[in-house]
Amino acid sequence: MKIYLKIWRQDSPATPGAMKNYELDDVSQDMSFLEMMDLLNESLIQKSQRVVEFDHDCREGICGQCGMMINGRAHGPLTHTTTCQLHMRSFKDGDTIYIEPFRAAAFPIVRDLKVDRKAFDNIIQAGGFISASTGQTPEANGILISHAIAEAAFDAAACIGCGACVATCKNSSADLFTSAKITQLALLPQGKVERTERVIAMVDQMDAEGFGHCTNTEACEVECPQEISVLHIARMNYEYNKALIISH
Amino acid sequence: MAGTGLFLCFFLVIHLLGNLQLLLPAAEAKEQFNWYSHLLAGNMLIKIISWVLLISIIAHAVYALLLAAKTKKANGTKYVYDKRNEVSPWNSRNMGLLGTVILIFLVIHLKDFWYVADFTTMALDKQGYKDMYSVVVLTFHQWWYVLIYEISFIALGFHLLHGFFSAARTLGLYHPKYVKIVRYTGWLYTAFITGGFMLIPIVVYFNN
Repeated sequence: MKIYLKIWRQDSPATPGAMKNYELDDVSQDMSFLEMMDLLNESLIQKSQRVVEFDHDCREGICGQCGMMINGRAHGPLTHTTTCQLHMRSFKDGDTIYIEPFRAAAFPIVRDLKVDRKAFDNIIQAGGFISASTGQTPEANGILISHAIAEAAFDAAACIGCGACVATCKNSSADLFTSAKITQLALLPQGKVERTERVIAMVDQMDAEGFGHCTNTEACEVECPQEISVLHIARMNYEYNKALIISH
Repeated sequence: MAGTGLFLCFFLVIHLLGNLQLLLPAAEAKEQFNWYSHLLAGNMLIKIISWVLLISIIAHAVYALLLAAKTKKANGTKYVYDKRNEVSPWNSRNMGLLGTVILIFLVIHLKDFWYVADFTTMALDKQGYKDMYSVVVLTFHQWWYVLIYEISFIALGFHLLHGFFSAARTLGLYHPKYVKIVRYTGWLYTAFITGGFMLIPIVVYFNN
């Protein structure tokens, strides 16, 4: 099928970008979205033009590297999907597809569709860890954790940090990402010890990175490839409010 | 936003319960409502609450403006093609617009009732109380005034529909069971407040 593309091209963080038009023939419905991008880049190479840069890694929906705004939606028209798991069968012959990078002040554009998500790493570094040295791997049943708690912590831990929550949020808030990390650690006995310091450090870092404020529109949960629940945000607020009261 | 918002939510219940007296038969309503207005006007506790109320409204609006400024800064470059509205309810994205409608309404509302009651000389009724009831009836006899009220209450309804549960989330209510209860309570609360306030001007308009 024939696809018309309008893609954001930007040479460097400092230079202004703009939408450029491209046409692609022979796009198969079985291609993944990123394979379609590969096809475009091959045609650009053959014309000795600079390729469209975009992030990708595993291409099986688990690493969180890929992420584009496709037709105005984070990761494209499907809900709970990464860009690599979106396939061209979601589009029709003759369609025009708008492709832009995930936009937020805290996600500066490196080039084209590639954004710097270091702000997420900084949030994790502010407190998304357990500081006690654990030595060797302990005996698996040394600390008993109920099945329900283990599952709930794992649901939160499933966040792959792709940034779709920030991109789709009208406030560019990183609450879903940060809250998933906070919940995961606050639920488990090893993480509970430092929960008070952690939530304050991570929320403060999130604000310092320039992310916006959560107003509970719940758009993030819809676009999240891992279906991270917005209730984690409420739990983070609970942890944060509690920490404000009981911390020194 | 959550603290001031929930206080305003609570106030609306009290305000509506008082106003429901306007739905009584005309003669009875006049007597009751004027007595009630007089009771409120002379009460020290009500004076304090009304100051807290005014501060809450201003704080709610000022904090909303601060958050809007933060959002503007956090958003950076705008999307060229934006369909993000497909994944969230309209009212949750337009609380500022709805709030502005409510704020404009409040200015009109306070000028026509609070200002008139507290700062002008008014006719007295048979009991010797200020005749607020007649002021209400005369005001609601203008169809366009009723229309302004109805539109404002629709805006209020959509604002509450998002605001009520959102406030609970901000305060940290995360348990799925209670989150569901708060959602349903929010719907019932919104229906009661919006329905009640919308009914009164219409009933007064057609009854007198």
